[in-house]
Amino acid sequence: MTKPLNKNVLNIKPSGIRKFFDIVSEIKGAISLGVGEPDFDTPWHIRDEGIYALEKGRTFYTSNSGLKTLREEISKKVNRMRRVEYNPQNEILVTVGGSEAIDIGLRALVSNGDEVIIPEPSYVSYYPCTVLAGAKPVIINLKGENEFRLKPDELLNAVTDKTKVLILPFPNNPTGAIMEREDLEAIRKIIIDNDLYVISDEIYSELTYKEKHVSIVSLEGMKERTVLIDGFSKAYAMTGWRLGYACAPKEIISQMTKIHQFAIMCAPTTSQYAAISALRNGDSDILEMKKSYNMRRRFLINAFKKMNLECFEPYGAFYVFPSIKEFNMTSEEFATRFLEEEKVAAIPGNAFGESGEGYLRISYAYSIENLKIAIERLERFITKLRKEQNKS
Amino acid sequence: MREELLQIIEKNSKIAPNELAVILGVREEDILNELAALEKEGIICGYHTLIDWEKTSLEKVNALIEVRVTPQRGQGFDRIAERIYNYPEVRAVYLISGGYDLLVTLEEKSLKEISNFVTDKLSTLESVLSTATHFILKKYKDHGTILDKKHNDEREIITP
Repeated sequence: MTKPLNKNVLNIKPSGIRKFFDIVSEIKGAISLGVGEPDFDTPWHIRDEGIYALEKGRTFYTSNSGLKTLREEISKKVNRMRRVEYNPQNEILVTVGGSEAIDIGLRALVSNGDEVIIPEPSYVSYYPCTVLAGAKPVIINLKGENEFRLKPDELLNAVTDKTKVLILPFPNNPTGAIMEREDLEAIRKIIIDNDLYVISDEIYSELTYKEKHVSIVSLEGMKERTVLIDGFSKAYAMTGWRLGYACAPKEIISQMTKIHQFAIMCAPTTSQYAAISALRNGDSDILEMKKSYNMRRRFLINAFKKMNLECFEPYGAFYVFPSIKEFNMTSEEFATRFLEEEKVAAIPGNAFGESGEGYLRISYAYSIENLKIAIERLERFITKLRKEQNKS
Repeated sequence: MREELLQIIEKNSKIAPNELAVILGVREEDILNELAALEKEGIICGYHTLIDWEKTSLEKVNALIEVRVTPQRGQGFDRIAERIYNYPEVRAVYLISGGYDLLVTLEEKSLKEISNFVTDKLSTLESVLSTATHFILKKYKDHGTILDKKHNDEREIITP
């Protein structure tokens, strides 16, 4: 074949994570801090419900937007958490993970030439999905000194007359940053004044350690312009089930459903049945897992403090994002040496955007026992680096 | 903090107070005071180790004995329970609702020792009406811990 493949796709750079993955795979016996998914098994009652669905032969397609009962439970759950009502009939779409919702949300909202504002560091798929949807990504480089929260002046500087969508990725992967109510209030007016849509990716909404997660949809005038994305992967340790959802005004959901219908048909049926049990009986599971994450979070923050490694205290997701700027090397150099010399894999911050340069994403989706080993090695490693620096 | 502290040390009584302080976000002093208070109030009754004896060369036989008894006037089941739990070979005694009254668990070196206990000691107690002895063949899970669980992390080593 001599005809070139899709230019848009060809132009997309493979993710920095992929590159690092290839390096890690070469190292035998490495321990990892690089995983973006819970270490817990899916709670048994949820798995059991999936098994039961299979036993009963519930192996057919569901309706495009997902099982009605599931959408009703999602509606209740969203209301429990955010005090915002979505009609399960036409304002909720069950998707294949939050990832699909990001993709089709963007595709439903933007046309060629529109601009999409993406705060970084953030999850790796916003940029390529924006490009594939034919729009132009406009990056905001969030700052460490703001604890990687989005500030109103940063947003204002990024808005042009072509801006259509703001992506709001909080609680944030990879920084662990959250946006509190006053942070959201501060950007609300800019969003409304400029008539922007918001894609609020709240996949880590259950995992906050300061106050309960505040969603932008609970702010006045925001529900009608926001696609709220959440899912089961992080909250219920259900990554492999591939199940998420989008809540939005019916005008948007109906367009997203069209894309979903033609590209996906419906989310996996077994997962949907299992998810009903997650929503009905899973609140206490979340609480238990969250307690565990919080202990590990405190453990890491304390360990960094002791070794004088600069790190703001993150209040969300299951990541810490320490700065390695004192060592005068790039994130990739640091991560590669850490891997080669101590056999620990942590993801270089720049894999999540340029503004992640000088940082390292460390996941605490690991038991404290594992974290202890990793932290010992990190301490040994940075002690060595500091000695090297003193010599030269 | 009390409840969380108990939940942690119920699973891991070996964890050091300074570590508890870090993961619970309090001072070490608070942990030490709280532990002392919990012991004093009899909420913490002991610190045990969960052992899978199967994996050792020591022979142990465990039995569950269902006991039906006649409750005694003014004392209910407490007195007969006391008679039973005072035997050192008895590991646990529970008052049970339903088809029988007391569940007694026993750990001995051999079947014979258990049968001796049941026939000589337990059955001869005046208020014991009947017993049914069940031997434990295999322990899969004990004290909330799956004994043979393999901890393979099957996740991809790096994911976004």
